[in-house]
Amino acid sequence: MTASIQQSGVDQLAPLLRRLTGDEKHELSAESTIDVIWVLYDRVLRVDPARPEADGRDRFLVSKGHGPHAYFAVLAAKGFFPLSWLDDLAGRASPLGHHPDRTLVPGVEIGSGSLGHGLGLGVGVALGLRAQGLLDPRVYVLLGDGELDEGANHEAIAYAGAAGIDSLTAIVIDNRSATHRQDLAGVFTVHDWSASSVASHDHDELERALRGHTAGRPHVVVADVGGDR
Amino acid sequence: MRGRFVETTTDLLDHDPRTAVVLADITAAAFAPAAARHPDRVVNVGIREQLMVGVAGGLALTGLRPIVHSYATFACDRVYEQLKLDLDHQDAGAVLVSVGASYDGSEYGRTHFSPADVALLDTLVDWTVHVPGHPDEVERLLRGAVGRDDRTYLRLSTQHNDLPHAGDGRLRLVHRGGDRALLVIAVGPMLNPLLHAIGGLDVTVAYTNTPRPFDLAGLRALVSEPADVVLVEPYLAGTSSRLVADALAHVPHRLLALGVGRVDLHRYGSPADHARWHGLDPAGLRRAITDFV
Repeated sequence: MTASIQQSGVDQLAPLLRRLTGDEKHELSAESTIDVIWVLYDRVLRVDPARPEADGRDRFLVSKGHGPHAYFAVLAAKGFFPLSWLDDLAGRASPLGHHPDRTLVPGVEIGSGSLGHGLGLGVGVALGLRAQGLLDPRVYVLLGDGELDEGANHEAIAYAGAAGIDSLTAIVIDNRSATHRQDLAGVFTVHDWSASSVASHDHDELERALRGHTAGRPHVVVADVGGDR
Repeated sequence: MRGRFVETTTDLLDHDPRTAVVLADITAAAFAPAAARHPDRVVNVGIREQLMVGVAGGLALTGLRPIVHSYATFACDRVYEQLKLDLDHQDAGAVLVSVGASYDGSEYGRTHFSPADVALLDTLVDWTVHVPGHPDEVERLLRGAVGRDDRTYLRLSTQHNDLPHAGDGRLRLVHRGGDRALLVIAVGPMLNPLLHAIGGLDVTVAYTNTPRPFDLAGLRALVSEPADVVLVEPYLAGTSSRLVADALAHVPHRLLALGVGRVDLHRYGSPADHARWHGLDPAGLRRAITDFV
């Protein structure tokens, strides 16, 4: 099966997801992160698949490493690696597994899977870029609402707010997976972050939220994807 | 040793733009002058050790060389998974510098002890471990570590030997015994009590401030056959036994591994008291070595 990547829009990812999952009936709507990751790579991130390690690129760190189908489908669609990689997910010689590994996949900024590591790494990346005078790149970190249960996130949220790390954007996918629900935006705004809450299916609204940061504060986008995925 | 660490790191910050320091409040006041000159490269995240290591991993991913510093129990024990995933798994390097090793913080009690730090790092991938025995050894080890890209642990202590020894990663012969002498290897600050323990005994003494990678070739060159080897380590007893056993797999040998015991004594007192309670004072070492012979 050859996927067409000439189509515009997120629909072109459907055949890629079917290749990854081996499920002919796999629906885009099953992937909680698909809208956010698509809009980031299609409209927001300044990254170049021909130069995935360019100093001045934006950084997108997937902290919520579980279920990376949408992430891999988008990276393949955008040309970071061959589409054929999608056909052997978690195989013996496959660079793609059920959690992403930065040492194996071009364009993947961090290896993740154990929850609660990406935001701290993202704070470090943001500080490292600034210390080297790279003031233009933004650092985006993708989290899940359940992942926010992990305490390590709260060390990063409190510090980034206090230090005013304004090149940092956290994105929380809210699929109602946390056992004890909390005010997701409030967890950040109490530490002086700015926040946007959006429904993830509206891509224009999502893009505005992802660009909604202001000077002097880190920004969080809470993307409501509904409770069934 | 902590003073030498701060001086050397401050100088590195002034002259090497790749160097960065990540703190979690411990020793932050001593780094205040450096922080004032290099606010972007001296980062104090507050009392947040998980974030301290995560930030170091992120800094390394952008090409900087982070020096991470805290009390040993907070820099190793508490953040084991951050060391494993934010550094090792990302293939990111860092220089991890601890104070308060083993029972240096004796008056603070067990919550501030970390005898298992080197054993924990041994479960990770390719860490270099330096255990300086004297303040004069700190600067060279630290500058060497900062000049590399690996993951290095520098274990600073308030215990130290009378004299510094050069450290090039190899076992250094300190005292040569007879042809059939026992080989005793002292790591870092254990050399001083050892030298006060062996009067009149026929032993060969070797020293290292770099137990990882352990100088296995040097060990094989120093032993006779059959081999009698005693390890004297300032951290958990037996931490290096596995490596000595591997190095001598084809040599008939006996091994005595001395170090800090596993028991939680629930006691305060001084570091000298704890050394005695763990049998690491000269009398205790002499007793153990004599029994072994």
